[in-house]
Amino acid sequence: MKRKQHRPFNPIRLKNQILNVVKNPFNMIVAISLVVLFCLIVIPLLQMIATTFTVAKSELRRIRGAEVGDFTLYYWKYILTSGMAGATLWGPLKNSLVVGFFTVLVSVPLGSVLGWLIVRTDIPGKKLLGMLVVIPYMVPSWCKALSWLAVFRNATSGSLGFLAGLGIPIPDWLAYGPVAIVLCMSLHYYAFSYINVSSALRSINSELEEMGEICGANKLQILKSITIPLVLPSVLSSIIMTLSKSIGTYGVAANLGNRIGYFTLATKMKTFINGSPQAVGYAMSLVLIALAALIIFSNQKVVGVRKSYATIGGKGGRSTEMKLGKAKTPLMIFLVVFLFFAMVAPMFVLVMETFQITTGNGYGLNNLTLYNWIGTVDEAQRYINYPGIFRNPEFTRAIYNTVRLTFIGSILTALCGQFLGYISTRGRGKWYGSATEQLVFIPYLMSGVAFSAMYVAMFNRPRLGGLIPSLYGTFGLIVLTSVVKHFPFASRSGTSNMMQISTELEEAADINGANFWQRMAKIVLPLAKNGFISGFMLTFISIAKELDLIIIMMDKRTQTMSYLAFTYSQEGYNQMADAISVCVLLFILVCYIIANKFGADIGKAW
Amino acid sequence: MSKIVLSHIDKFYGDNHVLRDINLTIEDGDFMTLLGPSGCGKTTTLRVVSGLERPQNGVMTIDGEEMINADLAYFAEPSKRGLNLVFQSYALWPHMTVRNNIAFGLKIQKLPRAEVEKRVADSLRMMRIEEYIDRYPNELSGGQQQRVAIARAVASNPKLLLLDEPLSNLDARLRVDMRSELQRIHRELGTTVIYVTHDQVEALTMSTKIALFKAGEISQVATPMDLYMNPIDLEAADFIGNPRINFLEGAGHMDGAKLHVSCELAEYEFDRSDMTEQEIPESGDFPVVVAIRPEQIHLTTEKSTDGIPVKVYANQPAGSETLVSLQGAGGTDFLAKEIGLAQYDIDQTVYAHIAPEKINIYDAKSTRLIKRTR
Repeated sequence: MKRKQHRPFNPIRLKNQILNVVKNPFNMIVAISLVVLFCLIVIPLLQMIATTFTVAKSELRRIRGAEVGDFTLYYWKYILTSGMAGATLWGPLKNSLVVGFFTVLVSVPLGSVLGWLIVRTDIPGKKLLGMLVVIPYMVPSWCKALSWLAVFRNATSGSLGFLAGLGIPIPDWLAYGPVAIVLCMSLHYYAFSYINVSSALRSINSELEEMGEICGANKLQILKSITIPLVLPSVLSSIIMTLSKSIGTYGVAANLGNRIGYFTLATKMKTFINGSPQAVGYAMSLVLIALAALIIFSNQKVVGVRKSYATIGGKGGRSTEMKLGKAKTPLMIFLVVFLFFAMVAPMFVLVMETFQITTGNGYGLNNLTLYNWIGTVDEAQRYINYPGIFRNPEFTRAIYNTVRLTFIGSILTALCGQFLGYISTRGRGKWYGSATEQLVFIPYLMSGVAFSAMYVAMFNRPRLGGLIPSLYGTFGLIVLTSVVKHFPFASRSGTSNMMQISTELEEAADINGANFWQRMAKIVLPLAKNGFISGFMLTFISIAKELDLIIIMMDKRTQTMSYLAFTYSQEGYNQMADAISVCVLLFILVCYIIANKFGADIGKAW
Repeated sequence: MSKIVLSHIDKFYGDNHVLRDINLTIEDGDFMTLLGPSGCGKTTTLRVVSGLERPQNGVMTIDGEEMINADLAYFAEPSKRGLNLVFQSYALWPHMTVRNNIAFGLKIQKLPRAEVEKRVADSLRMMRIEEYIDRYPNELSGGQQQRVAIARAVASNPKLLLLDEPLSNLDARLRVDMRSELQRIHRELGTTVIYVTHDQVEALTMSTKIALFKAGEISQVATPMDLYMNPIDLEAADFIGNPRINFLEGAGHMDGAKLHVSCELAEYEFDRSDMTEQEIPESGDFPVVVAIRPEQIHLTTEKSTDGIPVKVYANQPAGSETLVSLQGAGGTDFLAKEIGLAQYDIDQTVYAHIAPEKINIYDAKSTRLIKRTR
């Protein structure tokens, strides 16, 4: 018998069929969210692609005989083949790849070794170490760039950093440019590898290793032929993630590279998007997207199939620690030294710099001041145009904007995430479930700058005949961008949350007469509450430290703390920039501590 | 109290045809068990009845009222069908106390508060778990959760109670207790019950009727006794009964009004009146399978005229019963079951007595039953 039987037309059946679809609110919700996802993700992408092929007003003089809106290959020729191509695309692209490659080279081994030490060995103080090791990840990467500058800054950018102040000559190649960028990003992104590898290690049953021991293998052999092959998939995916993230990172590259004219794709792209020709910037961001997509899909090709065994024996079972023996002391020293240089020292220098009158001039009492925090303009009129940050209305507004953006943004994101998670779990194996999952994944492919470039291209003028007004420069656009960019992560957390709510619980309520909304309110929401809170807190932190994503859209009215710090740093007010980043750090740390109380796991916060 | 009629129900998951033309009538007050191995469609049938799944073809009525009409794409809401369901996982809402779990549906129906209280108390008393009213599900043992799930289902006074393998998560002892509990509830409430299980003991002990499922189809609907005595085909015969029924190859031929069957143990002659409607060759030999329940084989140690001499292969006394593995003259193995303790030596020759009216004969080709037991 065939599944689809031909039945003659029957108006009652048609009526019932329509009623079945319309009367079920779930169908309506799925339809609405698919349309919304399409409008928020697919259309902007297409729009941006179209922009790169369309003549804009500012290029009228350069393209002979063209009218605004004509089709053109001018922009693509500009970045690919023109005399400018080297400086616009190929140079920055090479820089991006170099920076990405070396960041991977440093951060992945670092993170993996740390993960192994903390999960698998008997190193003392694991719990504390495990917490300290992820803290650098919570520090926004641009904050690290500022600390780097606080330590290594030299005369090239005006004021001296800590080391230069001590009389140690710091060459430009160390203070700025690729070396600095790679080291800063490595100190940030090693957390990826650490989190990935340590959770893979945790899921491996130590009986597998013990079996190796029984077969007569020594520790090194066990490590080489059992442990490492089992965590290899997660190491590979850390490599991919680090690569694609570091290629797209803006804040670090801009702070450390722009001063000496070292541009990556992300930083070069922004100069075009903020200037002209804009479409060149969009074309570059498409290159960036294509690059990330290529990297991630090749990852899925290579790792996808094999990934499955990373969690074999996921029940964890017992885990016996490897005795480090004599290696314990040196490894411990390595960890402490690492944490000191990665965290304590730069933070100390950063905090201290906020109290210094002249940076790099030592911590003598005559060089210390509270001016940067609470000074008034009169006190130092000759040097600085701004009062201390706590008296500066710009800073107050930045705090207000930051809090407003993070709260509104993360509540919306977490709500949408639960919602999308609900649709993809209940639609698992159905077309709308996988459509949702795939649409939601697209923002993941785009670096923050590329994504916001797309949104700027979409919303810098009214669309749909005025139905969507021009949002350029509005706070609403910043919120929208933050929300949609965080969809992949939020919906993943929503999905895992909803997976835990068995459909039978809903069916039981259905049979007891509860309609869709009652089921949502009485069954699904109460059960999803905890997952919702932890998802919310993680998004909160992520949005609070975000700079790359929203930097293109910021102006004086809408700027957040991150942006203000970035502006001050570019203007040369290093102490003020540092003071603001200290505030951002405190804000994030407090949030993280609260999040931890709700059982949020930073490991899921990408 | 209701009569359920399923006719020509088809259900597909993608291209997978999981229910094939299901026709089943459940009389008012029946305890109907859907029995079969896993993956045979019995739970799907239950979910179709409950309204959680929509079939592609077919009609279902409850008390004459159409609940499903796939031709018209009409499917009544689960809550409009006057039934309730006990899930295999119990599906107790973990964030509600026992009281709220049971009261949930009643509150949705907007019953007055006093009535809700009363029904909650009644159903808890009936399941003998009054003392757990303010506990959360995770503070209860499996058996207690099971009782709460049943209490929740009966609190709404359903006309039809659906149970999906409710005992499969309980240990053996609790299972026996709950079997009698369920029987008692069925009696007390007089509700029609549809019960899904893969456990034939549950099916045989509790049901008034059993529908035997095989690969998405119903192969037999019968009372427990009839199903046990006269399974419709070899597969059903093999599935029902523990220890398993003995199959012996044989040859049969029709001789006017009589069926002659010969097998390794003996030759038999059966009246036409004992035979089913199943079509068989009217002339010539055809292969048959002789099926004998182990408890229908009586063993004696003394030689007698009707006793068939067989050899004891192994002897398994288990207190209340003894299983004896036997070997016929041609080397065929079969099993006898004796009540109580019996002692035979291995390789001892004993004499088997089998009453011809207790034998089933199956056509080996169609595997269908051709001779019934009495």
